[in-house]
Amino acid sequence: MEMTGGQILMQTLVDEDVETIFGFPGGAVIEIYDELVKTDIQHVLVRHEQGAVHAADGYARASGKVGVCLVTSGPGATNTVTGIASANSDSIPIVVITGQVPTQLIGNDAFQEVDIVGITRPCTKHNYLVNDVNDLAGVMREAFYLARTGRPGPVLVDIPKNVVSAKTIYKPVSQVRLKSYNPTYSPNMKQLKKVANLVREARRPVIFAGGGIILSDASRELTAFAHKNHIPVTASLMGLGGFPGTDPLWLGMIGMHGTYRANMSASYCDLMIGIGVRFDDRVTGKTDAFAEQAKIVHIDIDPTSIRKNIAVSIPIVGDCKKALTRLNELLTDEDSDAMLKQKEEWLSRIDEWKSTNPLAYDQKDVIKPQYVVEKLYELTKGKAIITTEVGQNQMWAAQYYHFDRPNNFITSGGLGCMGFGLPAAIGAQMAHPDRMVVDIAGDGSIQMNIQEMATAVQYKLPVKVVILNNRFLGMVRQWQELFYGKRYASTCMDCAPDFVKLAEAYGAAGLRAEKPADVEAVLAEGMAIPGPVIMDFTVEAEEGVYPMVPAGAPITEMLLV
Amino acid sequence: MNEEKHILTMLVDNQPGVLSRVVGLFSGRGYNIESLCVAPTIDPLVSRITLVTKANLPSIEQIEKQLRKLVNVIKLRDLSGKEAVHREMALICVMAKPESRAEILRIVDIFRCKVVDIGREHYIIEVSGSTDKLNALINLLKPMGIKKIARTGAVALFREPN
Ligand SMILES: Cc1ncc(C[n+]2csc(CCOP(=O)(O)OP(=O)(O)O)c2C)c(N)n1
Repeated sequence: MEMTGGQILMQTLVDEDVETIFGFPGGAVIEIYDELVKTDIQHVLVRHEQGAVHAADGYARASGKVGVCLVTSGPGATNTVTGIASANSDSIPIVVITGQVPTQLIGNDAFQEVDIVGITRPCTKHNYLVNDVNDLAGVMREAFYLARTGRPGPVLVDIPKNVVSAKTIYKPVSQVRLKSYNPTYSPNMKQLKKVANLVREARRPVIFAGGGIILSDASRELTAFAHKNHIPVTASLMGLGGFPGTDPLWLGMIGMHGTYRANMSASYCDLMIGIGVRFDDRVTGKTDAFAEQAKIVHIDIDPTSIRKNIAVSIPIVGDCKKALTRLNELLTDEDSDAMLKQKEEWLSRIDEWKSTNPLAYDQKDVIKPQYVVEKLYELTKGKAIITTEVGQNQMWAAQYYHFDRPNNFITSGGLGCMGFGLPAAIGAQMAHPDRMVVDIAGDGSIQMNIQEMATAVQYKLPVKVVILNNRFLGMVRQWQELFYGKRYASTCMDCAPDFVKLAEAYGAAGLRAEKPADVEAVLAEGMAIPGPVIMDFTVEAEEGVYPMVPAGAPITEMLLV
Repeated sequence: MNEEKHILTMLVDNQPGVLSRVVGLFSGRGYNIESLCVAPTIDPLVSRITLVTKANLPSIEQIEKQLRKLVNVIKLRDLSGKEAVHREMALICVMAKPESRAEILRIVDIFRCKVVDIGREHYIIEVSGSTDKLNALINLLKPMGIKKIARTGAVALFREPN
């Protein structure tokens, strides 16, 4: 059948089961929008294209599907770059469709022309400029396929306006065949057997889990593996929820703001099993001192992650879920008791670490941000989807909301992108209309994409924004306090809007708590309101996130409260 | 750790932007490219890139893995060892004063290269061979005065097993 590029594009989206698109229109995509309204796909009109990408990211993480956004050429396209870079760092499957000027104008510095394929080459998993309508169906198939397979990531498809209107006979492309792309899913059995032997011999093992556990849906396998072999588990920021945060074997997060016991365990273990991680510098601190006494096993689907930052004894390329399933077969329950005995000393040492320096704060007359997060955890019974902004708010969310399940913690980990939380919450809420979705925010970050409140109101998305308002760019202030002689250069945010009034101006509800005694009531009231709410908590201005490992120091060198 | 020279050869999709992906990976990660050579293979849809870089062992491992990760890189091989044939070609424009012409021609003869252009004051010499051979020739010609030089950078092929 003869179809236009726009119609083919819609057909490919329908074939990929796309139900929701986040986007913002413009001249180069006007015809795509004209086709989009004729489909059943719901379009969420954001207020800034960066918001569209973060929303698609949040949607992807909450739903497990590929997130999709659609923006116009030029400024629409450049506005997506930060969102794409964030999704790229965190390996989140999204497809970004950008309009482009007509092919005959490309290269002429036409109105609203930018080389978005060139701009995003280093921050996408792959990208395409579609020059010919006959390539469109195939490219779209590849884009979705690349986004979700192997190590997932963002794929951008740039479509010139004349390709949208051009007509051709539509031939559905059922199978993607890329001779050069063939991710390794099945881990090497020989290597896994070596791991099983190491697990049997180890006296002080630790599992270090990352975002790969969540992306490969391996948390059940991970939990079984840890339980059966009595191995304590820590995780990177991206791995939170991959192992239950209330489990006795849970050590807490590792790294710069990791718990004392996680960092000590990682440093004194004799076996570290890293799964779905990339040994980021925020995790390892000084690499030479990281897990110095341990044999390190590294399982990851991306070969470039392995041996990039640290030397490992056993590298294994493969899917985390597959690897853990195999390991669970190799290590039988018969081994379990003997293994527990062998590890008793280690586990009791970890218990000591747990009691010497637990996460703590002192709630006196000013609201402590940690207290707000703890209360939120209690009131939501740990069942909310939490997104975060970036900075202290993000770290307190990670430390004090004990994630028991995967896909409930949505944060910009690798890029650390302020302004992520609110649009990501919108995306997550689109995926789960009936769940409680909360953005834990700082007063600085929330202003970076505050305009998305209008989106939440328009689509009746009852996202809750919890602002831990310290009137500072808190995390930067904390560094200045500790390492730059308390010179608070440009981190004071005294001139901020009244967030309660701002919420109301957007047509949402606004609430404020200024005293510790009000925290619970405000949270409860906010959660009970059926629409979007901003809750502004006036918290201790100069509270710090602890423990803290100074950048580049060994992770045993923690500044404690 | 010691930096060593590596000759990487790869088959890539012959499409716009592919070279830029390969090169961008080097510039974006702070690796240096010493030479680069690209042309289509027998299959017009596939090009061969030969690239010479200097790196220590962990870096070259990372570079190779990153290159393999590019969707348009079909196959990659490190051809630094003896199992491969390496050649490079150069055009050298050398000053050819009457008194040095005989000497130049003798050198050309010894190196089995060719004079491909003759002017009143210059020769253009075409030479191919190992990088060492080219360097040796260039060193010998230097005293006469080299005006311009164009080198292709190395190309290499794995020796087929007999
Ligand atoms: C887009 C962006 N710009 C700058 C930074 C650097 N940065 C990291 S944390 C931070 C402070 C964030 O302040 P706020 O949102 O108020 O959160 P708090 O740390 O106070 O909880 C800044 C400026 C960043 N991460 N992202």
